[in-house]
Amino acid sequence: MKLSPSICLTVAFCLLFVEQAFSIEVGDSIPSCVLNKINKPKDVVNLDQYKGQVIYLDFWASWCGPCVKSFPYMNDLEKEFKSKGLQVIAVNLDENIDDAYGFLEKVPANFMLVQDANQQCAKDLELKAMPTSYLIDRKGVVRHIHLGFRSGEVGDMQSLLKQLLSN
Amino acid sequence: MFTVFKLQITYRLLCILFISLGLSACSVAPWERGNLSKPQMALDSHPLQTGFRGHVYGSREATTGSTVGAGGGCGCY
Repeated sequence: MKLSPSICLTVAFCLLFVEQAFSIEVGDSIPSCVLNKINKPKDVVNLDQYKGQVIYLDFWASWCGPCVKSFPYMNDLEKEFKSKGLQVIAVNLDENIDDAYGFLEKVPANFMLVQDANQQCAKDLELKAMPTSYLIDRKGVVRHIHLGFRSGEVGDMQSLLKQLLSN
Repeated sequence: MFTVFKLQITYRLLCILFISLGLSACSVAPWERGNLSKPQMALDSHPLQTGFRGHVYGSREATTGSTVGAGGGCGCY
């Protein structure tokens, strides 16, 4: 069968968009992201090592307005649920890490802060918004994805979180 | 001969079309918008002031009907 050039071109063009269709959805396993601690960049953190714990994984950047509002909430989560098996991990995606340090001087954060220096984790998860938070169960399966942050929207997530922690 | 030439033109046009359409597929990821979100990158650096000026302009020029054409209003402030 002889393919005409225009058909080849059409297929190639359509393939440009295919990549966008594979993002992590609720029910998918979380890919093993390799991240670095923000204050000790040589310390590597792998999401796999928290299997068996419930993870609240949040992606933030210093320039992102709603991220500022999500920090007190994550502090509360850490305080209330850490002893029950929750691991809060906040992944910074600033292109310039000094911006993140400046942000952290103003906004208190009492949970695990890591950076995704080459943005591989963000690419693997195909983030659609800043901030995005993922609730991951003890088996490493994504159970809830929240785009953006509004303090009034955390209710559903919190009841699911309690349910996952009791499992 | 003519049809071959015509096909070549069509092929080239298709190439240009797909390449130019493909340019839009190169998107900025949500986490790469740090520089774009800086105030100096905004199209309008003073949105409140622009809104206020628009309001004043609109209310004072309302009698003329629009920003173009001859006015029939009193011209009063």
